Amino acid sequence: MTHYNVERWTRSGRLTVGAALAGLVVLVLLPAFASGLVIDKLTTLFIYILLAVMWNLLAGYAGLVSVGQQAFFGVGGYLALRLVDAGLPPYLALIAGAAGAGIAAIPISTFALRLKGGEFAIAMWVIAEVLRILVMFDPLVQGETGTSLLALNAYDPELRRNLTYWLGLGGLALMLAGTFWLLRSHIGAAAQAIRDDEDAAASIGIDVMRIKQIIFVLAAFGCALAGTIWLASAITFLPRTNFGVQWTVFMLFMVLVGGLRTFEGPIIGALIFFLLQEVFGNLGVWYLAGLGVVAVGFALYLPAGLWGSWQQRSGLQLLSVNVVLRKSGQSTETP
Amino acid sequence: MSSGPTTDQPMLEGSGIEKYFGAFRVLKAVDFAVAPGEAVGIVGPNGAGKTTLFGVLAGALPPSAGTVRFAGTDLTGTGAASRCRSGIARTHQVPRPFLGMSVFENTLAAARFGAGLGERAAADCAAEALERTGLMHHANRPAAALGLLDRKRLELARALATRPRVLLLDEIGGGLTEAELNLLVALIGQLKSDGLTIVWIEHILHALVRVIDRLVCMSAGAVIAQGRPEVVMADAEVRRAYLGGGVA
Ligand SMILES: Nc1ncnc2c1ncn2[C@@H]1O[C@H](COP(=O)(O)OP(=O)(O)OP(=O)(O)O)[C@@H](O)[C@H]1O
Ligand SMILES: [Mg+2]
Repeated sequence: MTHYNVERWTRSGRLTVGAALAGLVVLVLLPAFASGLVIDKLTTLFIYILLAVMWNLLAGYAGLVSVGQQAFFGVGGYLALRLVDAGLPPYLALIAGAAGAGIAAIPISTFALRLKGGEFAIAMWVIAEVLRILVMFDPLVQGETGTSLLALNAYDPELRRNLTYWLGLGGLALMLAGTFWLLRSHIGAAAQAIRDDEDAAASIGIDVMRIKQIIFVLAAFGCALAGTIWLASAITFLPRTNFGVQWTVFMLFMVLVGGLRTFEGPIIGALIFFLLQEVFGNLGVWYLAGLGVVAVGFALYLPAGLWGSWQQRSGLQLLSVNVVLRKSGQSTETP
Repeated sequence: MSSGPTTDQPMLEGSGIEKYFGAFRVLKAVDFAVAPGEAVGIVGPNGAGKTTLFGVLAGALPPSAGTVRFAGTDLTGTGAASRCRSGIARTHQVPRPFLGMSVFENTLAAARFGAGLGERAAADCAAEALERTGLMHHANRPAAALGLLDRKRLELARALATRPRVLLLDEIGGGLTEAELNLLVALIGQLKSDGLTIVWIEHILHALVRVIDRLVCMSAGAVIAQGRPEVVMADAEVRRAYLGGGVA
């Protein structure tokens, strides 16, 4: 029988990963050279990228459109506060808080993932609101007033800024690598099959619920990690802000503008969003509405997003999660 | 029924299958069984309930009443995924490819999950399924780029890649040229001699009779006749069911 090879790495894929690793080294060392303002801005950018990649993982690769990911963003921050209050060192609490939110996502998933399409989306939003209200009952949070992660003030401001930056960078790098690895594995293939046709996926032996759960929990953890990094940079915890629906608007905007269903698109979208925030970030509710309108516009008229459209036109793909079948010995450079 | 496995125990069996969609009774106490290595054809006018029966056998639709047994084990409460993993594969009458994936990725997922193979073995199994169904030259194309006939071939390739023991084929021959139909009949005959148990719903009777051991005719949610093809087609009730229905 003819033997076949499955090719997962392209030349451009290897180059991209190499460049990303080089970039990572530069970013790790950056606090030694850059100003505090740059470090703060980059931390914010890391949070945006992480959120965008997580939403794309859910919606783009598993077909799970959620408008309630702020639930995990908020719960992560809240658990971190609670853990610090219980005596855990702050930076450890930030990581453990995110992990706790990931664990909390397991029981939530058994309920939410029974719902499909719009029902799932709305249920997630309701869950976010319910969790926000529950959290406001905790005396530590002081209802609407909110609280602050005062333990962070014990650190020298310079050190705190750098630690938060490194937490953001490390968290983002690990989540990007982990997501990429997962999407290229058979789990990722199963998620895409479910996204395309759930019943057909079941008909070829895919355990639909289990695969959705894996993706859901990973995305919850990622959003929660973004939430704890944000808590570390903002210090304050306000239920209305940390559980705010604006995070969903941001995620939708970044993913739809950058390019749903591509690995790179959401990163591009996050960069664009970051620049917009710099210019229009203070315009409040009208700005938020504008972002929503643009995102919907993209969904309707340019569904592949900027990166996806460019990719279709140029044929270039940097990081592919697809596999290509080659006959043994066949050259790898033919498209 | 005896409890222990015997040689004439059916491979796949639905007994007393009832299926309602709302108040509409689509399957009426259907008894259907196929023996190991047997090839059975199912014919019947549009709306007879053939596809619904496949849905019940494959676990996509829960029956309103009745039991489904596979190699002696009661599978009635299990879902489509676990039935596929235990050896029941089906094709869909209206093809349901994973449109966002390549043709090869479609079959690779089937080999990985349905057949439970590891990375390398799954690739070989998926490639073999593409070769047998004549889709190899499309392997790396997006499934969305395939036309209807190739999408039907992909249904078959994906089902084969799950390494089934029972193959449920739902109208995969429609629209093929005579030459293509011959290839399909040869392939299904080959699968049968490989030991697969086959159930094939098809309106194209002359193709069907070249493969099958037994013909089942359904009408209005019930099995109205079964046996040797020429006997079934000569049956008065079958002829009546087809009046105005049109049969090849
Ligand atoms: N999901 C559903 N909901 C409601 N009614 C359905 C559903 N699926 C099938 N039906 C109805 O059940 C009846 C049997 O349908 P089925 O598809 O099983 O017939 P069939 O014998 O496969 O017909 P065909 O030869 O046209 O494929 C039809 O009247 C159909 O309209
Ligand atoms: Mg049918």
